[in-house]
Amino acid sequence: MHSRYANREIASFLAMTEWKKETTMATKIFKHIQTSVVPLPIENIDTDQIIPARFLKATTREGFGNNLFRDWRYDNEGNPKVDFVLNEPIYSGKILVAGKNFGCGSSREHAAWAIADYGFDAVVSSFFADIFKGNALNNGLLPVQVSDDFLAKIFAAVFADPHAVIEIDLVDQFIKIVATGEQESFEVNPYKKACMTNGYDDIDYILSKKELIQEFEEAR
Amino acid sequence: MGQTLFDKIWDAHVVSSNEGFPDILYIDTHFIHEVTSPQAFDGLRTRGLPVFRPKQTVATADHNVPTWDQHLPIKEELSRYQVDMLTKNCAEFGIELYGLGHPFQGIVHVIGPELGITRPGGTYVCGDSHTSTHGAFGAIAFGIGTSQVEQVMATQCLLQSRPKRMKIEVNGKLQNGVGAKDIILYIIAQISAAGGTGYAVEYAGDTIRGLSMEGRMTICNMSIEMGARCGLIAPDETTINYVKGREFAPKGEAWDEAVAYWQTLYSDEDADFDSVLSFKAEDIEPMITYGTNPGMGIGVTQHVPETASFEQKEQGSYKKALDYMGLHDDEQLLGKPIDYVFIGSCTNSRIEDLRQVAEFVKGKHKADNVTVWVVPGSKQVQEQAIREGLDKIFDAAGFPLREPGCSACLGMNEDKIPAGKYCVSTSNRNFEGRQGPNSRTFLASPLTAAASAITGVVTDIREFLKEEELV
Ligand code: SF4
Repeated sequence: MHSRYANREIASFLAMTEWKKETTMATKIFKHIQTSVVPLPIENIDTDQIIPARFLKATTREGFGNNLFRDWRYDNEGNPKVDFVLNEPIYSGKILVAGKNFGCGSSREHAAWAIADYGFDAVVSSFFADIFKGNALNNGLLPVQVSDDFLAKIFAAVFADPHAVIEIDLVDQFIKIVATGEQESFEVNPYKKACMTNGYDDIDYILSKKELIQEFEEAR
Repeated sequence: MGQTLFDKIWDAHVVSSNEGFPDILYIDTHFIHEVTSPQAFDGLRTRGLPVFRPKQTVATADHNVPTWDQHLPIKEELSRYQVDMLTKNCAEFGIELYGLGHPFQGIVHVIGPELGITRPGGTYVCGDSHTSTHGAFGAIAFGIGTSQVEQVMATQCLLQSRPKRMKIEVNGKLQNGVGAKDIILYIIAQISAAGGTGYAVEYAGDTIRGLSMEGRMTICNMSIEMGARCGLIAPDETTINYVKGREFAPKGEAWDEAVAYWQTLYSDEDADFDSVLSFKAEDIEPMITYGTNPGMGIGVTQHVPETASFEQKEQGSYKKALDYMGLHDDEQLLGKPIDYVFIGSCTNSRIEDLRQVAEFVKGKHKADNVTVWVVPGSKQVQEQAIREGLDKIFDAAGFPLREPGCSACLGMNEDKIPAGKYCVSTSNRNFEGRQGPNSRTFLASPLTAAASAITGVVTDIREFLKEEELV
């Protein structure tokens, strides 16, 4: 996957970011987690469900976790719906496991903020919508795309034992059901991996190429 | 090997390409609005950075604005705060704002094209997924998240991996009463709400070529509803005629140069697509959705699918959608009573949409059980409609013409569909709660929506048109 050339470029990017540390807005670092999970076996979960539009009026990034899955989680009077998984105390953990095509619909980054703000570090699904995936990666929330089979295995493991533990290793790119040892490797863009494992963000990288941008503008 | 239209535009905008990295893509115009920008401006402040190219940034207030009495202060406090914040941020960072009351204000994807800002061959982004609309001009245009909004503000560039390329062809003659909205709802129903994920989709074929710019925008608008990164259509005479003479379109010599370049923008004969799909226009009925994602659509005379027709593992999600919609297996939507009709949103709120609806409803009146909202896409559309007297036709039909904004498309302002009520909507999303908590949305074309408003039930526009021809 990662050619040596790519690794060298990324190494120099890391060196550059190291050097520019004062201007860096470090994002959250993600390398490895091992935790129980919250299962949500529904397909096509769109970002309007993750965070409904009427909660997008905030002008900061904080606090969206309170309204994560608002209309599935609370009834019209604001009482918790007992059968929704976030209201079932038996399920907890830092990983949300969801059905395929997770995060489709609106580009609102508020969806990624809400999931992270609630306390999740990773989302596992067999398919992610494009924009959501990018938004998650920009916020230190790791989207882990697994096969349909492996997703079914995780759901089976959690429904058999709500405390089942899942391990995700970003450095070596694998996800594992700890009790059974079953594991699968997952893909991640090598550049984004470098950013996430070091807490660096895109703007520093692009700004390091500012001269190229100006040259591009002049050449048009 | 020839190049696709998409690759030609992409290559012309790559600032830097390094293996293992996404490309650094230059963005011609960045559109911003009040909802997805405040955190990005905050980010710039924290970093101590200016907006790199403020003149290539265009702002408007659309998502959160009331569509009635726009001259009064916004009543809802948080909405008002968000809109005020945009005004402050634009002033501080030197960005042109077409805010409430400005003659250019409107839904961001309506104003870009109508002002001649959106042009063939350009790159456009906005913190809104329906930015794909602008691709109708033969441009690369897509939605981004707020971190990326900040990125574009700071650098006028975006880190992006090149998507795969898909071509979707539609050929043949459309049935009477079937339009662009039906075409795109049909395609999404065929390939599913995730069928285009990872692709830039080029629409081609003689049916697409035959569409007006408004129709092409409707098609590209909903590319995101099949998961595609963006949608685009090669520019031609229709495109050039549309752009010509608009407020910010190039003029004089610059115009001639631009047109010469635009004429090179097409996919070469031997261009390589990763996937090619083809559909027949004759197969497309007026479409309507029955479920909670835009892929759950059927011809208006068809029945809702049976749960058993889905794979076991999909049945749970399917049943959940039907329960939410208050529908059952094999139900026919035709003749089902409805409560609201919403004609608006960046999918169908352009002057052509309003003209089409006005022509149809002239001399008719809405059914008593239905509330109708017609929300123009922009101030310019509103004024044009009034100049043409469409507002009078609408008023007489019980279709009040409101003021521009996103409105019931996402229910961020007070235009919400009440819980449990059915709305035939010309917008682009039928997600749970999209038009208000527990609202139920049937997506359809402006004509289907208008006809359903008149009868009070889900209606096949073709029946109406047949009768009218007989008269
Ligand atoms: S009209 Fe709807 S889809 Fe279009 S920009 Fe507004 S909220 Fe988004």
